[in-house]
Amino acid sequence: MIRKFFDIVAANAVPAVFIIISAFAIPLSGFSTGYLIQELLTRIGRNAFLILSLLIPIMAGMGLNFGMVLGAMAGQIGLLLICDWKIAGIPGMLSACLIGTPIAIILGIFCGHILNRAKGREMVTSYILGFFMNGIYQLVVLYLMGPVIPITNPSLLLSRGYGVRNAVSLSGIRAQLDNLIPTVITGTEGTQQFLNINADSSFFLIQLPFFEGTIKIPLATFIVIALFCVFIIWFRKTKLGQDMRAVAQSQSVADSAGIAVNRTRIIAIVISTVLACYGQIIYLQNMGTLNTYNSHDQAGMFSIAALLIGGASVSHASIANVFVGVILFHLMFIVAPMAGKNLIGEAQIGEYFRVFVSYGVIALALVLHAWKRNREQEANRRTLREALKK
Amino acid sequence: MSENVINTSLLRLEHIGKEFYGNRVLNDISFSIEAGEILGLIGENGAGKSTLLNILFGMPVINSTGGHEGRIYIDGQPVNFTSPQQALAAGIGMVHQEFSLIPGFTATENILLNREVLNGSLLRYLFGKRLATLDREAMRQRAMKAINTLGVHISTDMVVSEMPVGYKQFIEIAREIDRKHTRLLFLDEPTAVLTETEAEILITALKKLAREGIAIVFISHRLEEIKAFCNRIIILRDGNLITDQPANELSTKRIASLMVGRNNEQKDFYAEPIKLDKSEDKDEPDTSAPDSPDAKKKKKKKPALKVENLWVDMPGETVLDVSFEVMRGEIFGIGGLAGQGKLGIPNGIMGLYPAGGKVRVFGKKLHLNKPRNALNREMAFVSEDRRGVGLLLDEPLDWNITFTAMQMQGKFLLGIPHIFQIRNEIAMASEARKYIKALDIKCTGPSQKAGELSGGNQQKVCLARAFALEPNILLICEPTRGIDIGAKNLVLDTLRQYNKEHNTTIIITSSELEELRSICNRVAIVGGGKIAGVLPASAPAEDFGLLMMGQMRQQENENEEA
Repeated sequence: MIRKFFDIVAANAVPAVFIIISAFAIPLSGFSTGYLIQELLTRIGRNAFLILSLLIPIMAGMGLNFGMVLGAMAGQIGLLLICDWKIAGIPGMLSACLIGTPIAIILGIFCGHILNRAKGREMVTSYILGFFMNGIYQLVVLYLMGPVIPITNPSLLLSRGYGVRNAVSLSGIRAQLDNLIPTVITGTEGTQQFLNINADSSFFLIQLPFFEGTIKIPLATFIVIALFCVFIIWFRKTKLGQDMRAVAQSQSVADSAGIAVNRTRIIAIVISTVLACYGQIIYLQNMGTLNTYNSHDQAGMFSIAALLIGGASVSHASIANVFVGVILFHLMFIVAPMAGKNLIGEAQIGEYFRVFVSYGVIALALVLHAWKRNREQEANRRTLREALKK
Repeated sequence: MSENVINTSLLRLEHIGKEFYGNRVLNDISFSIEAGEILGLIGENGAGKSTLLNILFGMPVINSTGGHEGRIYIDGQPVNFTSPQQALAAGIGMVHQEFSLIPGFTATENILLNREVLNGSLLRYLFGKRLATLDREAMRQRAMKAINTLGVHISTDMVVSEMPVGYKQFIEIAREIDRKHTRLLFLDEPTAVLTETEAEILITALKKLAREGIAIVFISHRLEEIKAFCNRIIILRDGNLITDQPANELSTKRIASLMVGRNNEQKDFYAEPIKLDKSEDKDEPDTSAPDSPDAKKKKKKKPALKVENLWVDMPGETVLDVSFEVMRGEIFGIGGLAGQGKLGIPNGIMGLYPAGGKVRVFGKKLHLNKPRNALNREMAFVSEDRRGVGLLLDEPLDWNITFTAMQMQGKFLLGIPHIFQIRNEIAMASEARKYIKALDIKCTGPSQKAGELSGGNQQKVCLARAFALEPNILLICEPTRGIDIGAKNLVLDTLRQYNKEHNTTIIITSSELEELRSICNRVAIVGGGKIAGVLPASAPAEDFGLLMMGQMRQQENENEEA
């Protein structure tokens, strides 16, 4: 009984802590419901795709793919090039994907091969691999862009004539996907007011009674995310998905059944890297600016933290975990600065929380995972002994 | 095919032989199996069973070590498998001793592992079958059919990790018979983990399969079962085929003695080195002197080591419930087949694997699970994993020999304990030289690295380190594994001598029964994680054989009376 209770607590400890923190912080922040919903919807659209790209390696038993940073870098290279070529709008995003995909595939294959040589230590290996690749990325962006890879747009380049600036404006594709199908929810009373302001553009208008204010919905982004979810659900049902589940549980058994274990693992990492590349492009089109040397770093860490906050573990993660995670994680970041300011007059506490919580949650999840595995072994030992004693 | 050629056997082996690095493990094996026949394959560890199976399955280990001698025919056609997949395609199925099932998968998913029924779809034709979705319903029906063939009732949706052990065995067999053209099924100790009723159900199911024309090769150590179930019995010993006879012509006792292979005439030879036949023979009065006063309450002397209800979770060598006593000054052997738990006993006592139960050393309780506790009680251990646990391969010999004594007893150190101490290199080197001379360790000197020595000399270094602790109880696992005959005798002689000179209690765990009988006073045989029986070394070989084969305790009692 008690053991079961502890199991349930351990399984849901992380999301529970976040729900409790948010429950205190929301009233303290003084934000309106409408504002919170608007912010959350924006951030779900921004981040969910990146987090979803983590699911497939977990399914293949390779843990949290810290190597998704590699995909993010590929996406950013694509974005830099379309900025230079001045391709805007949806065509711009598509061509960024087109450029990023082969780079992500090559990086994924590279990463997969290395992880196959580091079986059982995939997470730390992919984490360090991210740092290594960051060095190469910096070499490309800081030195090769300009002299080797032609960059003609001077607004992209550093004043010395080569290398890309730290902050690049993505004005050409900013919010292009989010606003592709403009959709707005308004209260019955606010409708007229809204239409007065935005008289010249066309919107899908959804009117809800007893609702104040207006909320924009990034509908096209949500459709892309929904398609991704359908892809994952379908993927789980395929032979390849089944093989990945088998490989995750026992590589030796899968191998003796004739499943190409190493190849399957590489495919999992390649899919994840390519999707992380698309995810980063979607993320940055929402942000509108690219921090050439930092954006990808944060992508990996915050996506993994969000997934873990959603209740996922190193060995098991579902689509529901992604959405619960992204909502709880961002809810806290929205309310924490204001709550901090109102409580102790210091808005910086929000950013502090962001970093502290991300690393803390990842550490906690890893510890919980090890603890759980030890307990499972203990339980197996006990049942085996009792069964055989009879 | 088999209808056309009536006179050809399903499988025929001709003069199969195999050498590993000049070490002959199989010699001129020839036999054949007909469709629907059930063949029992018996042999001790190291008799060559697994090599024979590896050859039949085209395991890479055979090819990478130079292939094998002789020819294999299936339906009269010569075959030469170079991968297990080819053997599977030719209709040979194998049920392994360890379950090769995926724990989190259902029965259906496991039975059809990598042979899933797939839906047809456009993607399948564009990107290959791995992107086709699974047809769960069709899979369930096929799994159900395979399970029903076995005559058992297991839900197809049950997750394997939640199944009782017996069920897992059935799932594994179901997987083999689901392959459409499986005609020859190898079962490696399928009943070892089953209860009696489960074993009966399994055997009924196998008989049913045999009637349908599938030939079965059944490897088991339960003699009664083999006798009752098989049509024909083949016994391997030391790589040779000893017997190929119908089962009803052989008695259980005869099988046991053929398998162990030592004739009764040889008995005297093994009995010779025995100094103490039974524990009562020892009458040294000093035994109980250093112990606590409650020793006097007992009429007999207090045992050096008393083990009660020990369990050890050592992977592949699980110990379930073991109790025994070892007298002071005794050499006690622990034998039994691989995987039955004999190695788990010393490893558990020394705290190298999670263990529980009561262990008393000279009457005082030993707290398990920490090697330091055991070492503090003047016990020393020589591991079977010489290169992993036994030696610091990149360090010189004198370090290796003195390391444990230095750590545990503060020997070979200069300075003030706990405050400032440095190694006494001179004392270390002279200690090392002493053992290099005494044990005839072939090396360039105390500063040579342990990893550079041959296996036999490494084993001697391990022994030297144990001796340097001056233990009261010495536990040794597989003292002669992987070393040549000359070194073997020297190691055994050293142990005998050390036992005689210091009255040290020695517990030897070994797979080689002959070796145990030549050096030990008593030998315990471990089977299925429990002690099957304890016999004096002079007991006839076939009694040991019977114990190994799971002929239970009734024999043990009879033998001890005799």
